[in-house]
Amino acid sequence: MNNELVNVSITLNGEKVSAEVEPRMLLIHFIRDIMNATGSHIGCDTSQCGNCTILVDGRSTKSCTVLAVHADETEVITVEGIGTTENLHPIQKAFWEEHGLQCGYCTPGAMMASIDFLSQNPDPTDDEIREGLDGIICRCTGYEFIVNAVRSAAKMMNDDSAVKGEV
Amino acid sequence: MIPSQFKYLRAQSVEEAITMLQETHGEGKILAGGHSLVPLLKFRITTPGTLVDITRIPGLKDVRIDGDRLLVGALKTHYEISKDETIIDNIPALAKTASETGDLQVRNYGTIGGNIVHGDPVADYPAIALALDAELKVEGEDGTEMLPVDGFALGPLITMMPENAIVTEVSFEIPPAHAEQTYLKYTHPATGYPLVGVAAIAGTGDDGTIDYIRVGVTGVSDVSYRARPVEEFLMGREPSEELIKEAAELAVEDAEMGSDLFASPEYREHITKIYVKRALYEVLK
Ligand SMILES: Cc1cc2nc3c(=O)[nH]c(=O)nc-3n(C[C@H](O)[C@H](O)[C@H](O)COP(=O)(O)OP(=O)(O)OC[C@H]3O[C@@H](n4cnc5c(N)ncnc54)[C@H](O)[C@@H]3O)c2cc1C
Repeated sequence: MNNELVNVSITLNGEKVSAEVEPRMLLIHFIRDIMNATGSHIGCDTSQCGNCTILVDGRSTKSCTVLAVHADETEVITVEGIGTTENLHPIQKAFWEEHGLQCGYCTPGAMMASIDFLSQNPDPTDDEIREGLDGIICRCTGYEFIVNAVRSAAKMMNDDSAVKGEV
Repeated sequence: MIPSQFKYLRAQSVEEAITMLQETHGEGKILAGGHSLVPLLKFRITTPGTLVDITRIPGLKDVRIDGDRLLVGALKTHYEISKDETIIDNIPALAKTASETGDLQVRNYGTIGGNIVHGDPVADYPAIALALDAELKVEGEDGTEMLPVDGFALGPLITMMPENAIVTEVSFEIPPAHAEQTYLKYTHPATGYPLVGVAAIAGTGDDGTIDYIRVGVTGVSDVSYRARPVEEFLMGREPSEELIKEAAELAVEDAEMGSDLFASPEYREHITKIYVKRALYEVLK
């Protein structure tokens, strides 16, 4: 059979990592099982729920729908790479403050998708937030608090960049 | 869910991709964005022996204008299409289609080439592609040919795509500047795919009569289609609410509505006429 291994080298949260894996290995398994970065979750495993969302070269991606080898040589950022307990990313701070979660299972994916969404649309309306997070399924919150969190994060990030004089 | 085993090859050029496919003796499949293919691999609905990754081939994301046609590189993602200035300026309905395809994450990976070649009758792009006489530039072992999108899909996931070939570009007719364009989609709330999607482009001349009209319909039948009876009925006439209503009644004339657990043929007929009517109102207002 075709069980030749392939080399996959990515930058994972700023660190260069590589491993020999089967071509059929999914990116989410590479990250969780090979690299032990278990912050990204597997939900539906059928490209629907977005709980496995991470950033590949800055853009949000459902990592259950990408082969690890397809993402070779890319820069991957997972929830582990966006902030620390002492210094939370604005999106983490906003999800915390607005309680944009209940069980927390979808939260890493929801936050990674939100980061990409806000980079495309830094000052969204509530409708745009709902549309933007179409690729995330949350079974607890009814989404209301998630929308609040993303709105609040947008404000934080905009105020922040105003202070720093960035656009 | 884990796909069955396959060999992975990464092509650096179109020529190399063709050679790699040839060497798989019919067991190979192209990998573009993977957002239709990987789900099929995971369900083991398809079990190719080899995947040929074409995403590293340079030049397949270009957008350019050639006379009265707009050429879009096959690897352009839905996200990139939705933001591309040349596309927005010339075929805004294509940019709108791309911005409404799938969700945020899907749009970052899925490509226009993969979307059309996949031959899914519920995909979004076929509506605008059919309306604007799109052609696929197919490069293969026998050279290069242009395949019209009209007639390309024969049934769900069954297409005219030749073996050992790759689509490198999709070419669209650019509508005249005075024509209005839209893509109207009734999104299935669970799948995000169109239950019906209608691309309509129309313009009226100085005498107030319709001098350009194109209507493409996707999502409702085994193959997406161009609603020619609607176009023929409207061409040369003066638009009015009454006229548009009558025209929309012809929207399912040449099509056989599909039936599945989501909707009956009667419902699909109904919803298609309504969406064609709304799209026509929008472009002929
Ligand atoms: C959750 C989810 C929601 C989606 N929602 C929608 C939606 O609402 N509307 C919609 O239209 N689509 C939707 N899609 C499908 C998505 O748009 C796909 O990205 C697209 O249909 C296929 O493009 P791809 O680049 O991912 O192709 P791939 O998956 O890589 O390939 C698809 C097929 O085309 C072949 N192929 C790809 N590129 C070429 C080429 N250049 N030349 C020759 N053959 C080629 C492959 O061999 C394969 O058979 C959705 C997908 C997911 C996972």
